[in-house]
Amino acid sequence: MKLEKIESKIAVLPIDNIDTDQIIPARYLKSISKDGLGEGLFRDWRLNADGTPKPDFVLNKPEAKGVQILVTGDNFGCGSSREHAPWALVQSGIRAVISTSFADIFKGNALKNQLLPVVVPADAHAELLKSPWATVKIDLVAQKVTLPSGRVVEFPIDAFAKTCLVEGVDELGYMLQQEPAIAAFEAKRVGSVNTLR
Amino acid sequence: MKARTIVEKIWDSHVVAEKPGAPALLYIDLHLTHEVTSPQAFSTLRERGLKVRRPDLTIATMDHSTPTTSRDLPMLDTVGKAQLDQMEKNCKDFGIRLYDLKTTKQGIVHVIGPEQGLTQPGMTIVCGDSHTATHGAFGALAFGIGTSQVGHVFATQCLLQTPSQSYAIRVEGALKPGVSAKDIILAVIAKIGIGGGTGTVFEYQGSTIRSLSMEERMTICNMSIEGGARAGLVAPDDTTYQYISGREFAPKGADWDAAVAHWKQLPTDPGAQYAKELTLDAATLEPMVTFGTNPGMGIPINGAIPDPASVSDPIEKSDLIKALKYMDLEPGKQLKGHKIDVVFVGSCTNSRISDLRAAASVMKGRKVNPSVRMLVVPGSMQVKKQAEAEGLDKIFRDAGADFREAGCSMCLAMNGDQLEPGEYSVSTSNRNFEGRQGKGGRTFLASPLTAAASAVTGVVTDVRTLL
Repeated sequence: MKLEKIESKIAVLPIDNIDTDQIIPARYLKSISKDGLGEGLFRDWRLNADGTPKPDFVLNKPEAKGVQILVTGDNFGCGSSREHAPWALVQSGIRAVISTSFADIFKGNALKNQLLPVVVPADAHAELLKSPWATVKIDLVAQKVTLPSGRVVEFPIDAFAKTCLVEGVDELGYMLQQEPAIAAFEAKRVGSVNTLR
Repeated sequence: MKARTIVEKIWDSHVVAEKPGAPALLYIDLHLTHEVTSPQAFSTLRERGLKVRRPDLTIATMDHSTPTTSRDLPMLDTVGKAQLDQMEKNCKDFGIRLYDLKTTKQGIVHVIGPEQGLTQPGMTIVCGDSHTATHGAFGALAFGIGTSQVGHVFATQCLLQTPSQSYAIRVEGALKPGVSAKDIILAVIAKIGIGGGTGTVFEYQGSTIRSLSMEERMTICNMSIEGGARAGLVAPDDTTYQYISGREFAPKGADWDAAVAHWKQLPTDPGAQYAKELTLDAATLEPMVTFGTNPGMGIPINGAIPDPASVSDPIEKSDLIKALKYMDLEPGKQLKGHKIDVVFVGSCTNSRISDLRAAASVMKGRKVNPSVRMLVVPGSMQVKKQAEAEGLDKIFRDAGADFREAGCSMCLAMNGDQLEPGEYSVSTSNRNFEGRQGKGGRTFLASPLTAAASAVTGVVTDVRTLL
């Protein structure tokens, strides 16, 4: 799967520090597969105890149908390392999250699942927060976001992660190709400290 | 030669390959794994016909979905049981050592690593679990990874990584009575915020840190992730070596001497540069307690709950209003004296023998308040055995607390140990996120001393009034 351009309405969730327990509560982590996790996405913000939708939650609004971009507050994805968080987002149709910052582990997990973590400057972020349901374009190759006003801002992304997303490089395959280097490194360390025996 | 931090030294000695345009390939010395974040990684191995490259450097346990009730009872949670059964099959199929519920060494992954002597200075250690930073207490570079990366380590014993900057956190001076390691880390996080350490590794330094035991250092390193850092560590010293010496996987004989000589080279060189620095005066620290819905929302026990009216940033203000609404608390008031329903002593943060001793020292000769349910969950079966040998189990049970089998338990409420909607807990765990301890549950994070004192009185309590 390759990821180059995303054009979508934005759903705005103006909350800082959204943790992975909110993105998908721990009770959904008992699965031994990746299937069906969308059901747990923002479960306790999205649904009442009886399973009925909370009408005020952004992803329950009629406008949210088909939304692929979520705009959130600072430090999105903090907390646990659960990769179930990006799995649940992707299974619910979200392909990019725009924020001013992301927690490290979440960012890494997102990039391995074709979910784009897009960091924009504070002024661009402020414009997005004020423009719910406006259309935004993300061009991964050019690393540019076109804001609702037409203004274009750049965003940073790790060069290797970008290559993997754009060219569909299989990261594990790339690592396995380095087997000779790994074997040589291990051979050098036989009997040294930091090797359990 | 350039002065290097301990993080740079560990990094440099583990780089397998560096190619232009790609992150470094970093060798992993120890891979810890548990039932929740590994099944999909094992599936990847099967789909691609791969083996676990170094099963000898891979250690598995069951901790998150495990019941803490008697091991003789059948497990009623069929979904959780299926996950444990899958873990057993995966470890058998791929030749990995597993500490399952039948062994005397089972426990929380971050408790058993150090306990078995697996965790050693200078190592790179990973686990599909954000609290892997715990192992940094030994001067190891230890961090949490996602399930895709768990698969990468299984298959190659390596990770693609970019180096992190070092953030020096210095704590100097003597702690006041009733103030513990947990209070230090809660104070650090309250000061820098839960995103304050993003992109960095914390190196804890200073006379206060040096005076702490290994278990106390583990409590501090454990919550590095709650300050946004993926890892946190303490350079090794004699306290470290004494702790490791003689444990099952510790080097022995001539290997031990060689290991210690190597470990002594690890501490940061004088003059090495840090990207960020923070200094705290231990004498100013008080017992800490959180009032809100992230671990950065902490106050000293005699402090007041902050008022959203005094916050200028609009999102910060609305987040604080949202947190106080969820917690049903009033700004400006003290949290001290607030009624509670549950006390949880446990989790990879505070479930070691010294934590249980601290809680028991307060409980001894006292009773759990009739309005409170208290759960004491040892971090491992070895901790449980030691607690029983010291009679701590009897102190807890005589007081009216429930003393359980080892596991993560109510820290994340995957195993049936949980808060009911609306209930308040004082918990020695690491996260107070909405619903973390059970849907609708409300968590006040605190030290084992504060938790035990609050169990006795039934309200959030300054332990110093009971010492």
